[in-house]
Amino acid sequence: MKLNRIFKIIFLSEFIKAIFIAIKEILKKKKTINYPFEKGGISARFRGEHALRRYPNGEERCIACKLCEAVCPAQAITIENEERPDGSRKTIRYDIDMLKCIYCGLCEESCPVDAIVQGPNFEFSTETREELYYNKEKLLENGDRWESVLSENIKIDKPYR
Amino acid sequence: MELIYITLNEIYKILLLIIPILVSVALIVWFDRRVWAFVQKRKGPNVVGPFGLLQTLADALKYIFKEIIIPASANKVVFILAPIITMTLALSAWAVIPMSEKIIISDINVGILYIFAISSLGVYGIIMGGWASNSKYPFFGAIRSAAQMVSYEVSIGIIIINVLLCVGSLNLKDIVIAQEKMWFVVPLFPMFVIFLISALAETNRPPFDLPEAEAELVAGYQTEYSGMMYAMFWLGEYANILLLCALGSILFLGGWLSPIDVYPLNIIPGVFWMTFKILLLFFLFAIIKAIVPRYRYDQLMRLGWKVFLPFSLIYVVLTASFLVYFDLLPK
Repeated sequence: MKLNRIFKIIFLSEFIKAIFIAIKEILKKKKTINYPFEKGGISARFRGEHALRRYPNGEERCIACKLCEAVCPAQAITIENEERPDGSRKTIRYDIDMLKCIYCGLCEESCPVDAIVQGPNFEFSTETREELYYNKEKLLENGDRWESVLSENIKIDKPYR
Repeated sequence: MELIYITLNEIYKILLLIIPILVSVALIVWFDRRVWAFVQKRKGPNVVGPFGLLQTLADALKYIFKEIIIPASANKVVFILAPIITMTLALSAWAVIPMSEKIIISDINVGILYIFAISSLGVYGIIMGGWASNSKYPFFGAIRSAAQMVSYEVSIGIIIINVLLCVGSLNLKDIVIAQEKMWFVVPLFPMFVIFLISALAETNRPPFDLPEAEAELVAGYQTEYSGMMYAMFWLGEYANILLLCALGSILFLGGWLSPIDVYPLNIIPGVFWMTFKILLLFFLFAIIKAIVPRYRYDQLMRLGWKVFLPFSLIYVVLTASFLVYFDLLPK
């Protein structure tokens, strides 16, 4: 064994160096955040909870083309449609099973009218399974609640689509 | 009437011992976790109470309300006795620790021997817990812990002999008073370092936490314990760590004495200095937990028997011959 190494072992030099490094680290800025009170930033493309959007005049965007239902790899979406008196085709049922959903974002990509979108909300845990079977009312309500964020995100993402 | 008075006096003494220790254990656990988190650039527990100070209290409440599970194949009496023994011994050793010249529960002449005897018994709690669980991981943990604590107790004993040679008394107060001119950390610095490392091994702290190495042994001897019984092991462990920090500051850092005997420092009460020194040593323990990887078991045994034991024995001879040659032996 080299003399240098013996000295290092006897005087615990590496150990003492480590203590000083640790003290330096203590004074540095923390990398973690106080999660429930402050949140980390998320991308405009974040694929969180689903929402059905409306036009500014309050009319539903969804035209019941069923592209999302067809493209959904987990087959989580169920749509039933009906013709309205004015001749437009609208959904009467739009269900998403959030437990089946794999949050791939294909429904959002396939939608020709930007009706079904995945918003920035990722804190929608519930206490029962039933609460996670979303129906049309729930999705439209989500759309109303997050509309400002959703339209902003779509605008930011537009050049890349 | 006399009897009631004596009983009340004893209960008062017991409460005076237990409550401050339990509170300081709760705070020290928080401190430990916080330092650990800070070294890893995390925030650590900071939600319950100011700066998360009450986190341990919340944890303790959780443990109290949890179910105590006793394995079907366990030896029930020994299984239940083990955490009680661990905690009782860890708390009872505190009785002779002088926090200042006046604050001491029982000022006995063989204080250091008493502490040594009690902390030697501490290994029984662990062995009993490991054996009574009747499961392989606790058993391995208990065996490892027993071997480790016994071998490091030997080197701690010899380190204490070094100090006692300089003091000439087994009374903990005398040991502190003997350091009025110079703290023993100066002449006995190598012994101080070995004492700290042995204390880490003695209390199963990282890097010597092999008895509860979670990667190999789940949680060692605590694996089968739950609820309040687990919390008692955990309390005992931290009370032991604090005890060894207190012992380190009494033996080497001058106990309740102020660092320099000058005006603004020597009017500060001794309790403050004692607490400060214990905290300083514990801070070192906490930081060591964060920076070091775990030792291998054979390395641990080699360090104890082949390095620390001969080195501290040689140092005993050196100290003794130095004291005799310069005629400094305490009268």
